[in-house]
Amino acid sequence: MAVTYRLIETVTVGVGGAANVEFTSIPQTYTDLMLLYSGRSTRAATGDDMYIRFNGLSTNLSSRVLYGTGSGVASYSDASVAYVGYFDGDTSTASVFSNGSIYIANYTASVAKGISGDNVNENNATGATQQINAGLWNSTAAVNQINLYALNGNWKQYSSVSLYGIKSS
Amino acid sequence: MPATYEPISTQTLGSDVATVTLSSIPSTYTDLVLVVGYGISTTGGENLYMQFNGDTGSNYSNTRLVAGGGGVGSYRDSGATVINVGAIYTTTDPLTHISHINNYANSTTYKTVLCRNSTTSNVAAHVGLWRSTAAITSITFSASGGNFGIGSTFTLYGIKAA
Repeated sequence: MAVTYRLIETVTVGVGGAANVEFTSIPQTYTDLMLLYSGRSTRAATGDDMYIRFNGLSTNLSSRVLYGTGSGVASYSDASVAYVGYFDGDTSTASVFSNGSIYIANYTASVAKGISGDNVNENNATGATQQINAGLWNSTAAVNQINLYALNGNWKQYSSVSLYGIKSS
Repeated sequence: MPATYEPISTQTLGSDVATVTLSSIPSTYTDLVLVVGYGISTTGGENLYMQFNGDTGSNYSNTRLVAGGGGVGSYRDSGATVINVGAIYTTTDPLTHISHINNYANSTTYKTVLCRNSTTSNVAAHVGLWRSTAAITSITFSASGGNFGIGSTFTLYGIKAA
């Protein structure tokens, strides 16, 4: 029986952190991609925004975010950055790493690429945030590289991100 | 490696259509996952609807948390003939929709669907209920207007607990 949900690669951030988490040479043999992460930023704050880029490019990206903080709910959009999550920062509760997922459908098709994300950085304190995200890379190019960035910091040591490929047949 | 996440059926539209039905769903899985990738509408700004087993009665309800151009809101429908499971736009803002339908094949409980919808026009979390104890054997997508556009992809996966 065919395995249709397969791990492509896991990146674990080492000593000193990483400016971004990168997946290159992504095989073109799946239908969709799924990223699952446990992450934390080095930003000196309770949290940091996470954004995604494809194929080393920073253009044609946009997003909309819906989030709740435990005391309120709000949203925002961005016309140039594809935000895909909000994860713990360096002053968040020690040892807490946010969990989240990012789904990229039809990543090899010659159409605009939609991105769906959700995450939580529950930390037993104020500053916890729950998000769902919509992103867009308005490009017909196939996705062959993914980079995940922290907006105001780096990825902290012990963060890990796994890339899965999903086949629809 | 045992395959516990299996594609049941997939449709990539070769022409514009008003409805998409994924039928002959086997009862051999534990849960279902539905993915609409590059979901587009010929008109845009339409609600995305779901029905089960061809039931057109007023047996559906939903609650949704939505962020769009007008801000954030929560809405619901009761006694509806469809489940509102999202919103769908055009080619420059394709929908990524993921639904989970747990314990879909049991004949005792009503069926619940949990959805996440992502476009840059509208990001939302929906939950829907079908007040039927029947096992789900087909799922039909429709929209409040227009057609689903060419290239829209609808895929159903089955998940086995064991």
